[in-house]
Formats: sequence, C-alpha cells, structure tokens
Amino acid sequence: MKWIIIGLMAAVLSAQETTVIQNATVYTATKPAFVGSVAFSGGKITAVGDKLIVPPGAKVVDGTGLHVSPGIIDSHSHIAVQGFGVNEGSVSVSSMVQIRDVLDSEDIAIYRALAGGVTTANILHGSANAIGGNNQLIKMRWGKTVGELIMEGGTSSIKFALGENPKRAGNPTPQSGGVARYPATRMGVEDIYRQAFTEARAYQKSLADFKAGKLMMAPRRDLKLEALVEVLEGKRLVHCHAYRSDEMLMMMRVAEEFGFRLATFQHVQEGYKIAKEMALHGVAGAGFSDWWSYKMEVVDGIPFNMAVMTKKGVLAGINSDDAGLMRRLNTEAAKAMRYGGLTEEQALALVTINPAKQMKVDHLIGSIEPGKSADLVVWNKPPLSSYAVPQKVYIDGNLYFERDRDMSDRARRAAAKKALEDQLKQEAPAEQKKGGPPGRRGPANEESGQ
Amino acid sequence: MKYSLLLIAALASAQDSYLIRNATIHPVTGPEIANGSLLIENGKITGIGAKLVAPKGVKIVEAKGMHAWPGMINCATQIGISEVSSVRETNDTNEIGEFIPQVRAVVAVNPETEHIPVARANGLTAVLTLPAAIATGGGPGASTAGQSIVRGQAAMLRLDGWTWEDLALSQSAGMLVRFPAIQTVTFAFPAGRTEVPYAEAKRRYDGEMRKIDEFFEKCRRYQQAKKAATPNFQADVQLEAMLPVLEGRTPLLIAAQRERGIREAIDFCEKHKVKLVLMDVRKPGAQLARLAEKKIPVIVGQPTDLPMDEDDDYDAAYALPAVLHKAGVKFAFATYDNQFARNLPFEAGYAVAYGLPMDAAWKALTIDAAEIFGVGEMTGSLEKGKSADLLLSDGDPLEVRTQIKMLFIRGKNVSLENRQTRLYQKYLARP
Repeated sequence: MKWIIIGLMAAVLSAQETTVIQNATVYTATKPAFVGSVAFSGGKITAVGDKLIVPPGAKVVDGTGLHVSPGIIDSHSHIAVQGFGVNEGSVSVSSMVQIRDVLDSEDIAIYRALAGGVTTANILHGSANAIGGNNQLIKMRWGKTVGELIMEGGTSSIKFALGENPKRAGNPTPQSGGVARYPATRMGVEDIYRQAFTEARAYQKSLADFKAGKLMMAPRRDLKLEALVEVLEGKRLVHCHAYRSDEMLMMMRVAEEFGFRLATFQHVQEGYKIAKEMALHGVAGAGFSDWWSYKMEVVDGIPFNMAVMTKKGVLAGINSDDAGLMRRLNTEAAKAMRYGGLTEEQALALVTINPAKQMKVDHLIGSIEPGKSADLVVWNKPPLSSYAVPQKVYIDGNLYFERDRDMSDRARRAAAKKALEDQLKQEAPAEQKKGGPPGRRGPANEESGQ
Repeated sequence: MKYSLLLIAALASAQDSYLIRNATIHPVTGPEIANGSLLIENGKITGIGAKLVAPKGVKIVEAKGMHAWPGMINCATQIGISEVSSVRETNDTNEIGEFIPQVRAVVAVNPETEHIPVARANGLTAVLTLPAAIATGGGPGASTAGQSIVRGQAAMLRLDGWTWEDLALSQSAGMLVRFPAIQTVTFAFPAGRTEVPYAEAKRRYDGEMRKIDEFFEKCRRYQQAKKAATPNFQADVQLEAMLPVLEGRTPLLIAAQRERGIREAIDFCEKHKVKLVLMDVRKPGAQLARLAEKKIPVIVGQPTDLPMDEDDDYDAAYALPAVLHKAGVKFAFATYDNQFARNLPFEAGYAVAYGLPMDAAWKALTIDAAEIFGVGEMTGSLEKGKSADLLLSDGDPLEVRTQIKMLFIRGKNVSLENRQTRLYQKYLARP
C-alpha cells in the first residue's frame, strides 16, 4: 500500500509541469528587485534567483522587459458577497455569523480584482456593530465554485468595529423606524466589549469545568460566545475597524484586560498618533492610503500614516474596502513613497508580505520565496508605476488572468451578447418593455439597452 | 470698478518676480524646452525660452533636474462649499427647488477650506466647484428623486486667494442641469436597492422632460420680452440668471453617462440653441462620432471608477479617455468629489497606462480644461502673457511617487503645507 502511494506521488510530481518566468525584473517583496527568474511547480514556487537552471521539459515564459511581483493581497474587502449581506447589524454582538455563508463566486468584482493583480482578499463582515461576524480569506479563483474560493490554511478571524458606525444605530433616524439599538456613544461601545468578554470568560470557565469533571452537564452550546472564546484563546484573529486614536487606545486596553492581542486595526486613520502604543500592544495597522474628509472621524486622516507607522515599528499595510480601489492597490502602495518617503521595497510590502503577516498567512503567501504559493503578477512596467498594467496573474501556479487573452476574446463576447439581445427582442418585446431590462444585476436604467 | 482694478494692480506689483532656470519646461501648447527658463513678473509669465537673462531684483529658482508644467485643473468638485461630506452643516451643496439657475456656488466658497491646500500640494491650481453633487459610480446610481433640475451655477476657482471674489477665475463657468432619465433601479445607503416599475419611472421622466422644455421656453420668452422692453415687463431673478445660457456665454453642464442620455442632452441643447459640456461620460457608444462632429466637450467619468455594467470590458473606464482622444473629442478630467480631488494626476496616469498618449493627457489636465470653461486665455499653459499658474516637480507628475516641489499661482510661490503635513510633522516628532 505504502509503495503504491509513493509511486503515485512520484507520477503526479513528474507530471506536474514546471514553469519558469525568465529574465524578468523580480520584486520578491522581501529583497531588493533583481533581474532573474521565478520557477514554480505543483502550485508552489520552487526556485527564485538571478541564474536558474531550467529543468528539462519546463515551460519557459519570456519575461524580458517585464516585471514580476507577488500577488497583491487585499486585507479588507467586501466583494463576492451576496447583495447587502455584509452586515448583521440587528444586534451589537453578531459573533455567531459567518461571511462564508454569503459568498458569491459569480461576482464580476473577482475578475476585475484579478485583472488588477489581486490574488487573495480577506472578505470582512461590515462595521455596523461593535462585534461583527466572522471573516473569510479567499483567493480570486474566477470561474470556480464558492467552496473553491476559500483559501486553504487561511486563518479564522472576526470583525470588530469602533466609532461612528457601531454607534449609528443608537441614534436612529425616522428612516430607520426610530428604534434605537445600544450603544449610541463610544462609551457604550467599550461597554459592549467588556460585557461580551465577561460572558465569554464565564462560558470558557464552564467548558473547562465540565472538561475537568467539576460540572455534571456540559454547558449549552453558545455559538456567539464560542467565537469569542476563540478570541480569548488566540485562535481567532481580531480585525478591528477603527479611525480615531482614542477608540483604538480603548480597544487595546480592553483586549489587555481580557488577555488577548488584537491582530489589526482596520482603516487605522489615526494610527500615526499612537504608533508607540500600537507597537507595544503588537497590533498591526491596515488602512487606506489617502482617504479623508468623508466623515467627522476621518478629519485627521493623513496620507503619511503608513510611513509614520512603518518608521515607528508598526506592521503597516494598505487595503481597499472598495471593489474599484482594490484593482489598483499597487499605486495605492506607491503613495507611501510619495507621502513620507518609504522605499519601493517598503511600499510594495504594504500590499503583499505585510498584509500576509497581519493575517498570519505569511508562511503561505505574500512574497516570492520557495515553498510559498505561486501567486504571481507579471506587469508591463515596474509594479508601483502609474503605468503598470498586469499582463498575467497566476494563483497556485494556474494562469487565471491574461490581458492578451481577455482582449482577443472581446469581439467574440460582443457578438455573443448581441446574439442574446437580438434573441430577447424577438422573443418577448412586450414583456421587455413592461418590465425593463432583464438580468440579476441588470443596469439601472432603461437607457442602457439602447 | 476702476478703483478696484487699481487696487488689484497695486497688490500684484507688490509680488515677487522669479526666474526659474535649467528646468525642463512643458508648455503643453508648444514643444518641450530642455534646460529652459521661465520668467514670472507681476503674476504673469513674461518670458519663456532656452536662456533668459534675469532682470534686476528677481529671485532665481535653480530648477536643475526639475520639470515645469502648467498647474492641473479638476473639472468637477465641490471644493469650498463642502468640507466633511457626511456632516450636513459643513455642506452648502444641493439647494432646494426645481429650477434654481440663480443659485451661485461661488458665493458660498470658504477661502479657508482645507481642501484647497490639500489639492494644491499635488499640483492642482484650479478646480471647478459645482453647486451640487453629480451622482457617479459604476452600475445603478443614487436616486435623483427630489433633486433640482436646473441646479445653479458652477465656479472656476484658482486655488489661492483671500476671498471668493479673489479665488474666482470665473464666477459662472457653467449651469449645472440634472437631465431627466428613466431610473428604474437605484441604490442608496443604507436602504439598499430600490426598484420602481418601468411605467412609473417613465411617467416621471416624461413629466420632467415636459417641465424642462417648458422652463427653457419660458426663459426664451423672458429674453424676448426684455429685449422688446415691453411696458409691463417685470424683472425676474430666476429667469434673468438664464440669459447668459441663452446667449451662449455659459454652457449647460449635463451629466450623461450613457448613449441615450448623451443623445437626448445633445438634442435638447440643439433644440434650445444653448452650449453644452457633458459631464461624467462613461459609455458614449454610437454618440461618440457625434460628440466629435459637433465639437461637444466632455468631462470624462473617472478612469479609476468601476465599469458601469457587469459585462463591460474590465478596463472600459481606464480606456475611455484614449477612445475619446482617438475619436477627436475634446475632453478633460475630474474627480467629482473633494476627498480625492488631489488624485487628479493619477486619474490621467491610468488613462495613459491604458492607451492615452501622454501629450493628450496633459492637454486634458490643463489647457483643454481651461478652454472648456472659458478661462483658456488666462491659464492652462505656459505661454507669455498668461497667469503664472504652474508646478515644479522632480519627475513625471502622473507617476504617484513623483514629488511636487513648488507651486505658483498668479506668480505667487504658494506653500505646499496643509493641516495634514503639519499633523505628520507633529506626530513624527512625538517622543
């Protein structure tokens, strides 16, 4: 039996083609760029260096004049989620819900992100409540099923949220039916955490007591508290939506009171004000490059944030929170060179290896190193240039996006669409006029069809 | 009038003069000058060329390795009349009323708005401030129900000045109009997707089309009555404000993303014999050739926005400026908001990445934008006699990493500091 398995494995390995991208400028995200090659096989990077020996039978991709970077990682996204399913905001603690349950593998945003060089994203619960739901790491495997989007070996994490969003429901408007949901202030937001984790501690103790034989009956299973116990035990990462320095300081102190460490502050607009405290707590900062002025709590948002955090020892990263922005995180990273003078290497790390570290998946993805997933982007220009356009995007060594292929397929797609439209016009002209254009995410206006 | 002109002259003559030398000069309207010089006196460009002799008393700006470009112009913002977009009290956009051409953005501009120094730091020297927001974004838009139709006058502002009068390059650069459209699906936060039956949406559209037609008819009659000086003629603030539009001095600014909207806006403006600037154009389709043929200027939808429809080419928005350029349509760029107004050069950068020639991108960012809004005689290129509105950079300003080193507006060496740079310095130095 044993021999058969080994024999099979050898057969599989030898059948796995090695691909070598040759003579490209390689940005590993951990070392300075160099001209050389990247080899991958079986979904993993096998070798990287300025002089690689091409194994016999390997597929060679000429990278002359091209640039290779690790796949971009977006640590804050809400794409690939059904409808408006991102917020279970009816309660202030929704740690029992899973984003995994509302994933949509047919969201075109996946393909668009892929075409912008993104290979991995953390799909987060919304920020409507202090303790949100559980997040899901996915890879941009366009064309695959929901189950196949899910990243293997990805960490479990939960969304927390501070500030204006979780307290909004406490200040109801006539549109919301006038019903207030606690809390209405940042003071109340702190209370939510201390109440919830006090409950979680008690639940944790009764579980332990039962295990130790001190309790006759197991406590009734509580899915809400189960996730929070995982937080207490360091098994579930906390990604906490936050803007202002006061609320972030509060969150760190509450976490310390209950004996756990936060993984990241998301948005982290005022991280630059408390970089010292963040570094001491050991929380990373994952935010926007240059957002500001859209609400009161971002008035002190500055584009130098990433540079200050980096210089002061906080693990910093840039993310999008937006399906449009997600497609150009490379130039978002370049903004940290413009504002605050990070090096090209430091800037690229903000959207590759740093988010991987922030989500504790840097042993799998985030840089071009042997053993990591072959998630690679081939660009026509240096990746942080305004003019850089992804030409090829690989995930696990599979080519998921190719600009040439997309472009050469356009005429066929246009013809196929035209044929469908003609068919529709012939079949049911009256119906169409009555109901407007068909389609799941159909266009806004009747005019679009013309 | 004469008195105020004298005063302006006095202020201007107190200004410093500069000789910028050894820079690569990009006039935009003429060929690049390597190791060139640029002379600024009394707020104007008074010399440009390979070698200029410094007149007595001018300050020398040694610009070796630097590039001089005209300042960039953002053709749609709410800068000056909106500070924090979600805080009602800080917004003077979106006045009430169906037809309010008399409403002027310029009078509500706060010269101390933080958006001015932030935009300046990235090389912008002028912005168009709209009296209301244009709903943008890929896919279904925000509901326009309840919004005014003729929405008021937009102002072209230079980004340095003591008062709104001082800031204004043009107090009335365009009349913003929300052109009726059949809207069956809208998105709003937090309500989500709302659907209106087609028949109802069409009824609303028909009603609004009738109203806007009638309004323009009424304006025309007012104009005729005024001209004829009929005995019972009565002045009307609302209708009076439309005269510059009817006389072809002020264009209508109409946001029309798609083919049908564009077609109807052009038809409408032809029928009523008024000038048109199309805003937020995204999918011109078969109207593309007509835009070129009729010489209708276009402010493109943001290249960095998502494509409008699910089955559009993934790079449709990035590539639109290149498509417009190829078709011979005159266009300019805008961000449509304040928050990202400073990212204007990067919008153009993406358009270049997806096929727009670099020189066309620069024209769109500067002289074409100025001409579209009637201030092309004053600003928008580096030419003798024009206002010295220009930037010095250490490289290609469309590249994100490039630094803007100096900025001149009306010949004044304007500070690149703002609240954000001050916060940066303060907290970088925190022990």
